[in-house]
Amino acid sequence: MNKLIKVLACSFITVTASVNAQDIVLKGKELFGNLEAREIGPALMSGRIIDLENHPTNSKIIYAGSAGGGVWKSENAGASFVPIFDDYAQSIGSIAVDPSDPDNTVWVGTGEIWTRNSVSLGDGLYKSKDGGANWKKIGFEKSERISSIKINPNNSNEVYVAVLGALWSDSEERGVYKTTDGGKTWDKILYINEKTGASDLIMDPTNPNILYASMWEFRRTGWGFNSGGPGSALYKSTDAGKTWNKIHNGFPQGDLGRFAIAIAPSKPELIFAVVESKENKGLYRSDDAGKNWKLLNSDFGLVVRPFYFSRLVVHPTNPDILAKGGLFGSISRDGGKTFKNLGEMHADIHDIVFDIKNPDAMFVGTDGGVYRSWDGGATMDMVDNLPLSQFYHISVDNQEPYNIYGGLQDNGSWYGPSSSPGGIEARDWKRVGVGDGFRVLKHPTKNIIYSEMQGAQQVWRYDVDKNYNKTIQPLPIKGEADLRFNWNAPMAVSTHQPDRFYMGSQFLHVSEDMGDNWKKISPDLTTNDPAKQDKESGGISVDKSGAETHTTIFTIAESPLDENVIWVGTDDGNVQVTQNGGKTWENTVANISGLPKNTWVYHIEASSHNKGTAYAVFDGHTSGDMNTYVYKTTDFGKTWKSIVTDDIIGFARNIQEDYVNEDLLFLGTEFGLFITIDGGKNWSRFTNKMPATAVHFIDLQKQTNDLVLGTHGRGVIIIDDISPLREVNQAMLSKNVHFFKSKPGIIKEQGGFGGGSTELQFVGSNPSSAAKIIYYLKKRHTFGKMTLTIKDQNDNELITLTPGKAKGINVVSWGFRQKNPKVAAGKNFTRGGFTAPRVPAGTYKVVLKKGKKEYTNTIIVQNDPKSQISDSDRKAQRKTTMELYDDMERLAYLVHKVDAYLKSANRLKEDNKFKKVATKVIEVLQPLKETLVVTTGDNYVGEAEPELREKLSDLYSEVANQFEKPSLSQIENQGVLKARLTKAQEDFEKINKKVISKFESRKVKEGKKPTKVLSKEEFLSK
Amino acid sequence: MRNLKSLLFAFTLAFSVSAYAQTADEIINNYIENIGGKEKLEQLKGVQMIGNMKMQGMEIPFEMLSTKDGKQLVSIELQGNKMVWSAFDGETSWQRNQMTMDAEKSDSEATQNLKNELEQFPDPFLNYKEKGYTVELIGKETIDGTETFKIKLTKKPVLINGELTPNITNYYFDTENFVPIVTESQVNQGPMKGQTVKSTLSDYQEVGGIYFPFSIGSQFQTMEFKEIKLNPEVDAASFALPAKK
Repeated sequence: MNKLIKVLACSFITVTASVNAQDIVLKGKELFGNLEAREIGPALMSGRIIDLENHPTNSKIIYAGSAGGGVWKSENAGASFVPIFDDYAQSIGSIAVDPSDPDNTVWVGTGEIWTRNSVSLGDGLYKSKDGGANWKKIGFEKSERISSIKINPNNSNEVYVAVLGALWSDSEERGVYKTTDGGKTWDKILYINEKTGASDLIMDPTNPNILYASMWEFRRTGWGFNSGGPGSALYKSTDAGKTWNKIHNGFPQGDLGRFAIAIAPSKPELIFAVVESKENKGLYRSDDAGKNWKLLNSDFGLVVRPFYFSRLVVHPTNPDILAKGGLFGSISRDGGKTFKNLGEMHADIHDIVFDIKNPDAMFVGTDGGVYRSWDGGATMDMVDNLPLSQFYHISVDNQEPYNIYGGLQDNGSWYGPSSSPGGIEARDWKRVGVGDGFRVLKHPTKNIIYSEMQGAQQVWRYDVDKNYNKTIQPLPIKGEADLRFNWNAPMAVSTHQPDRFYMGSQFLHVSEDMGDNWKKISPDLTTNDPAKQDKESGGISVDKSGAETHTTIFTIAESPLDENVIWVGTDDGNVQVTQNGGKTWENTVANISGLPKNTWVYHIEASSHNKGTAYAVFDGHTSGDMNTYVYKTTDFGKTWKSIVTDDIIGFARNIQEDYVNEDLLFLGTEFGLFITIDGGKNWSRFTNKMPATAVHFIDLQKQTNDLVLGTHGRGVIIIDDISPLREVNQAMLSKNVHFFKSKPGIIKEQGGFGGGSTELQFVGSNPSSAAKIIYYLKKRHTFGKMTLTIKDQNDNELITLTPGKAKGINVVSWGFRQKNPKVAAGKNFTRGGFTAPRVPAGTYKVVLKKGKKEYTNTIIVQNDPKSQISDSDRKAQRKTTMELYDDMERLAYLVHKVDAYLKSANRLKEDNKFKKVATKVIEVLQPLKETLVVTTGDNYVGEAEPELREKLSDLYSEVANQFEKPSLSQIENQGVLKARLTKAQEDFEKINKKVISKFESRKVKEGKKPTKVLSKEEFLSK
Repeated sequence: MRNLKSLLFAFTLAFSVSAYAQTADEIINNYIENIGGKEKLEQLKGVQMIGNMKMQGMEIPFEMLSTKDGKQLVSIELQGNKMVWSAFDGETSWQRNQMTMDAEKSDSEATQNLKNELEQFPDPFLNYKEKGYTVELIGKETIDGTETFKIKLTKKPVLINGELTPNITNYYFDTENFVPIVTESQVNQGPMKGQTVKSTLSDYQEVGGIYFPFSIGSQFQTMEFKEIKLNPEVDAASFALPAKK
């Protein structure tokens, strides 16, 4: 104890001493305190799943590794999942459960392995020793993608890891690695070259020394993809990885691509492999553990897009049943001779696991979440609580509540509300596009939404009121070049001319009539480098989806201050600006130092503070450059300054400037959200309820100051009201307590009914509609009392709230209610008695007490500006509410007195000295009590007939909860109840005079203390 | 209201840790020393905590009583009616049905799980090894804006729907003064199973030479204590399941 006091005293001195010495720089949670983000999904279309893994003995436990939303665990046989990996890289390649310690030891290799153009990055291998509660990084930081982890079932310390490696560059990290000490040290046991990664690794379940490894040569660029080459091959080791032999006897000759491999768990000499090849591609079967291979089947479902679908799974007990990932997923029941599609579900099947106990049950991971089947894959049921949606882009409107618009990987375009009665449910989201979705923009003034599909193959103008849509994409003009649209083609609306709509191909197109007619206002703004216009992408399997179209415009930014200033960024590294509405253009990228040539311009943010100011975010990851590049210009691009510090993790894609404080910036990177309050001198990662997921786009809603993040793996994430961050400065940070300016609290009058989702469905949380009290604490409050009280202007205490005590920013909500009334004691409770009156609009005091120190502030409460209710109605509602409130307490006090005497009389009624007087008291008081409160029954169908308390509290809560003035019938009812209450009080006084007084004087005479009855004040303040 | 029962039960006064590294032990020893010392804690026979439960804008007066032999009791005052809401007498655990307000026995697993925790009073970290608990220092972490040591406490497994489930709580000890400011435990059933629920501990004050957190809050509700009584007089009968009327 003494020690504690010393510690406290010391820390006090240190803190004070350091204040003047230098600027206070708070990083991360120290600054953000308990300012938290909320995830709103959606989960109705979920997102891409990479790997599923089940527990070897407990069929209730299933793990799902997602493309950009981390690892999720189900402990109820797949009914629902919870996230268990939020603090780490969210792109998952492989999950493995240790067969000899399956409840506890789980390995996760990060970095998705189905290598489409939009994949995220991993950052190594992780291990948990407690079923996913805590994780430790084991290494492989530069592996980028881990495809397989195999653990010796007889020795937890012997683990093999297959590293697929970098997608966009050479890497020597690739290959198969082995540890024999649980991950402390690793040996690389199979390596081909810097272009060829280990795409899969399987282990013979009966003999851990037998391993099969598929090696894959592959490479992606911003403009192309290649699968296959001389490095691709299938290897086998029978000596625990010491030596490896190529096992191709029966395979096609020439360069091969990606292999899908599987071993039959119930018959380990039976091996299957799907081979990507120009000739004789398809499913091969070996019945002699890989010595000889025979081609069985080359169905589309088996050979389609090997880079995206190379998972082959054999049933745990039946070697004739095998399933393969694919566009629809395929299943064979005759050992691979023939296949049929799996049941109807989201397309693009990446993994399948069979239930360990029920041979008919299986789980399937798709581009649209996890599905489960109980009839061998014939019918598929979707898991409804995986909010893994992968947004490429989001935007917001100015409705109240505002909506969020955005497009998703393989899941169309959508919009949904930021708030909805009962929470943001699946049904709140509306579809406004099919295919892959990207940018979705609301017309600034009309109820019209623009959306698009991949490569601007279709651009839609959707009239919401008419439920009508028109296709409006710019088309090539006679005599001019074909248009090159990015997979994720840029569009923009003008803040100056509401009907103006921009689109970018290699040219900037503008329409003044919402896309009906187009004109080009630029020359080709890209490098137009023919080397980057690969039309035959794919390698061994041609893969022409349009996803690799390059040398295109990627971002368009019209200055909010001047419609003639337009910025354009291209995927091949040009930063173009016009100051005359497109008449002339200047490429300013040469003015940027420290930036590799041709680095993808992912976003340009035109400042709302100064028309020469802009921010440019560059992303070099498609050339293997994972650095962060963010630059600022204040002179139309003549000079640029980097605003990046070492605080930032991951390459960046998007920046959002605050509308009020120029130095407040929000940056979205591959690994989360970063915030600076000093124009980029220091950056802080925001981690409060914010997973380390890739943030692709950020918008700031102007009315609410809500920061809205479009993530590529965890849907939409919102930080409600970032305005306190605008006020953070040295003077404020050095204070012990600082109240931030709080917006007036608005008593919203909307109600409505929501809900109806089941407990297994994801429901996004709503923002609080309460008034917010926001303050900064220099130090967390840990010792001594701290309270937060709301008082009226006359210093009457209305309610005490629960204060936030974190160091940094604290947000406390107040729901505009004062304390509820004291309620008369009955047999059961009355629901109306829990109602607390709303306070009227006005100014209230906020009093924060910390130990002996008191800090005060005010908060303004306003009525809903949309309300039709008059001030006199409000006054009448408040007056009647408080009259009823007082009546509730009058009744409560009356019952208190009745109970006190009844209790005393009951105690003495057997005593001969008191028998007569006590019995009399009971005889007259008990019937009175029974008219005041219920004395029998329960709170459900055994409920007693309501008495005065029940009737009064029903009326009170009805009036207190409404906004209108009391109705005539309410007033009349109030009169009736008031008369009953007054009558009861009079009756009691009569009884008191006639009966109780005799009882009491007898007590005094007999030397007993008089019955203890509190005064009304004492009773109410009890 | 519906969750009142489970919420009240969710809180039992508990700080606890077990063995992995010397550092974890140092932290725990510092903590025990700082809040009053091993000797004082060992002498405690019972603790009664009186205060208010704040939830959904309501304030419900309540008392929690726990004793060295593992008895527990929560009483609340709801609209003027003071009642024992739930209790455990070392053998039988019970709580009131919200519809009838009658006492009903807890299911046998819940009772068994409480029996497994008999020895946790007054603080799970006190002599945690003898209690069969283990601790592990996970590392340093910033939480509530404050640098802390994260210590994982594993108590005896609990039985949930027929399955033995690990009983893990993470404690975040302020690196400056070694008291826990946040605890985190996993939800062990229902669709939230596996998710962690965070509780914050603050307003530590001294009572009879021992420091207690006078405020314990989660996203669902906050308990604020007005008074903590050490070694209160205990009426053994109040823990027992009331006889049927």
